[in-house]
Amino acid sequence: MAEVVLRDLVKTYPGATARATDEVSLEIADGEFMVLLGPSGCGKTTLLRMVAGLEMPDAGQIVIGGKDVTYLEPRRRNLSMVFQSYAVFPNKKVADNIGFGLQVHGVPAGEVRRKVEWAADLLQLTPYLDRYPAKLSGGQRQRVAVARAIVMDADVLLMDEPLSNLDALLRLSFRAELKKLVSELGTTTLYVTHDQVEALSLGDRVAVMRNGEIAQCDAPTAVYDDPASQFVGGFLGSPPMNFLTGTVEQAAEGSRLDLGGQSLTVPAALSAYAGKPLTLGIRPEAIEVADGDGALTGELQVLEPLGSSALLTTDIDGQTVKVQAPPSFRADPAERLSLRIPPEACRWYDPETSLLLEVR
Amino acid sequence: MTSMRLRPPWLLLLPSIVLLVALFGWPLVQGVLEAFRDDGGFTLAHWERLFADANFWRALRNTLLLIVIVVPVQLALAIGMALLMQARPKFAGGHFYLWCIPLAISELAAGLVWLSIFDNRGYLNSLLVGLGLSENGVQWLNYENTTTMLLTVVIAEIWRATSLVFVIVVAGVQMIPREYDEAAQVFGASFWQRLRHVTLPLLGPSLQVALILRTILALQAFAVAQALTGRDFPLLVGETYEWYVNLQNPAVASAVALVVLVISLGTAVLYLRTVRQPEGAR
Amino acid sequence: MTTELRQPVESTGAAATLPPVDLAPLRRRRVRAAWVQAACIAVTVFMALPIVLIGLAAVSSRNALVQFPKPLLPSEYSTETLLAFFQATGTFPALGNSLLVGIYTVVWSLLIGAPAGYALARYAFRGKDVYQVFVLLVRALPIVVLSVPLATMFLRLDVYDTVFAVTLVHTTLALPTTVLITASIFVAVPTDVEEAAQVFGCTRWQAARKVVVPLALPGLAASSIFTFVLSWNEILGATVVTLGHRTLPAQVLTALDEASTAYRFAGGFALILPALLFIFVMRRYLVNMWGTTLR
Repeated sequence: MAEVVLRDLVKTYPGATARATDEVSLEIADGEFMVLLGPSGCGKTTLLRMVAGLEMPDAGQIVIGGKDVTYLEPRRRNLSMVFQSYAVFPNKKVADNIGFGLQVHGVPAGEVRRKVEWAADLLQLTPYLDRYPAKLSGGQRQRVAVARAIVMDADVLLMDEPLSNLDALLRLSFRAELKKLVSELGTTTLYVTHDQVEALSLGDRVAVMRNGEIAQCDAPTAVYDDPASQFVGGFLGSPPMNFLTGTVEQAAEGSRLDLGGQSLTVPAALSAYAGKPLTLGIRPEAIEVADGDGALTGELQVLEPLGSSALLTTDIDGQTVKVQAPPSFRADPAERLSLRIPPEACRWYDPETSLLLEVR
Repeated sequence: MTSMRLRPPWLLLLPSIVLLVALFGWPLVQGVLEAFRDDGGFTLAHWERLFADANFWRALRNTLLLIVIVVPVQLALAIGMALLMQARPKFAGGHFYLWCIPLAISELAAGLVWLSIFDNRGYLNSLLVGLGLSENGVQWLNYENTTTMLLTVVIAEIWRATSLVFVIVVAGVQMIPREYDEAAQVFGASFWQRLRHVTLPLLGPSLQVALILRTILALQAFAVAQALTGRDFPLLVGETYEWYVNLQNPAVASAVALVVLVISLGTAVLYLRTVRQPEGAR
Repeated sequence: MTTELRQPVESTGAAATLPPVDLAPLRRRRVRAAWVQAACIAVTVFMALPIVLIGLAAVSSRNALVQFPKPLLPSEYSTETLLAFFQATGTFPALGNSLLVGIYTVVWSLLIGAPAGYALARYAFRGKDVYQVFVLLVRALPIVVLSVPLATMFLRLDVYDTVFAVTLVHTTLALPTTVLITASIFVAVPTDVEEAAQVFGCTRWQAARKVVVPLALPGLAASSIFTFVLSWNEILGATVVTLGHRTLPAQVLTALDEASTAYRFAGGFALILPALLFIFVMRRYLVNMWGTTLR
């Protein structure tokens, strides 16, 4: 159990023009479950591998449990890791796989067996202990990989997209199991994924990464409700956040966002943007199909009945806006709908920097 | 693949089948028969003649000795070389090229190359005398020095043929997914532990291929010894050559060839049994 | 775009000052790399030194050759040693024979072997395994067993001691590797391209010719070079089926007993030179032939 500190980590791969990680700093508290989330190429796996010792940083520092490990060999860092491809040794039985780390550390055989049985029991692998991995399904092999990792009682548990090779249904059930397991063990965990649902479900905090930098690091609800940038807003949530751009106009009752036909109230705090462009961020589930003060009119283009909701694609003054309506909602294409945009759900962004503007 | 049919595509396969049956199948049968036949029909006379020849037993001993020494050394060396390459040192490309050159060098040329070194007036003795370690140099290739003769042939063979094993092992090592070694590292395994638990077991199939190929080829070594020692260090295939070309006796030559064949098959079966593929590993 | 790092409300506290960076592992890494390089150099010296030595011997004069102890660099340089070898009876014709046999072998083994390889790659048929084992058997069994009966056969067919005879022997020897290598090359050529060509009107044969062969060309070239080297270096078969029309290795072998030291050294060097060239051209394919590339 240990805390992890990453300070100004830089890594450029040979032959690449851009940095894989650009002076990334992050602190993970003892026992915290930190998720690194982002699209492929954002640097999350590079960061994880540097923590593991499988890649060497060009600059920066990594401290685990108060000890500098920046350049330390992986085997001396007291970590365990679950790989995306499982990396379960095909030439060893399940029991030997799980006990591998303990064996190479010289733990006596009796204790190895005891711990292996404990881990196998936790992951329902007890009937398979004597089998070879080739005789197991993908999901079972992943369990072996997880068992192998938790049996070590390591300082930090690293996971590199462990669920992405599983099929959708298995992913769902195993995700819940994993969450329960890790919270019971209380190990400091660093988890990499490109799946935002996984991130929101599992993490104590989520670090959203893009182009080698951390765009936002916060609790899942904060990252979802108050995205620090348009990228974060668009990456989290399915369907993602809507963004409407318009110009701020000064009027008698206050500022309004002119969308080229209709307009919307702009909070007083942003009146300094008079005459300049401004972007509104609003989540599809926050928009109501109802009349009301300041409601906008949008033309329905597509209605997708998704079972649990109806996903509407509407056009508001030339900009596409997705709206999440109740599953029973029905309307015809080209019908004009009244869309109510609650002010408390609005998030305002500077179009140039795409960063969140504070209005409190 | 949609273009799979169950009927063999005869047109494509026929030429190869014809060639192999005519130039391999038929001579093989002939060769086997030849050793047991003379004008009078079935006979073991050729074998009696062969077994009575002292050179045959010396050749047999030398050949087996050669294999027992050379094959394990080459295997270990090739694995070491492959691991060195995996560490990705500087100039890896240059090293690799030079390590592979012996692949294209014939037995004969290899023998001649080491002749220039082991000859009484060769480079090795020059070095020893030059350093003052010896008065007139050692007579490495003297027919009375059976140990040194064996040594020179062993070294020349190792030099010549390790590249083949090396290339097979390198291909095998590269086919092992990187994650296995990385996982072993993270979980605390030292270099030797990784070698023992991950690399070597997963190399099993490649090692099997390399062993079989190398042993069979080693059994056929003869020009190396010819170049270095002439007839002083007899080897089985050299004896075949002798019986056929110099002693004009094709029948006994065939008999020797059969001995080589039997040993080849025997060792191949041995390897297939002992270098067992790890269960469950592909 | 500047980064906005949202700090959590509670800080870990200990993060303010970090311990100094531990550079010992870097030093360990450097030492390890130095040892690896040293080992590589040792192996390279072992592999390359003999070639350098015989090269030096080949360009020494006759006097320098008989000198003892020999200095590393010859006291006298001269081309007489090499010339003596090339001008010796039989060398030039043997060189020509080796070249001819090599080229013919490549052509024949491709003509016979490549179609078989294509069949193995594209068709699944009963007896496929049997065929493959049969083909492998040729490679696995010592040519020794065949050389004598083959010689007898050639004598009876009156083709003994001809370039044709050696070509036949070498083609037989090269066929297994040709078939297996071309099979793996054709497997690597995706079937969709072929099928697309057929959809657009080509017959099976046209599709193969226009589409598959160009894609397979690099691999086929590598296989050809490999076959040529095999033929160039082959001794036993060539020696046994020839008498007056020998290939170069056969020639050198038979002349070995009465040969002078100069002849031996020069001959050895002459036999090696092509190898240096072959491997340089082939080095990328060496590991590739078994299906992977050297990373």
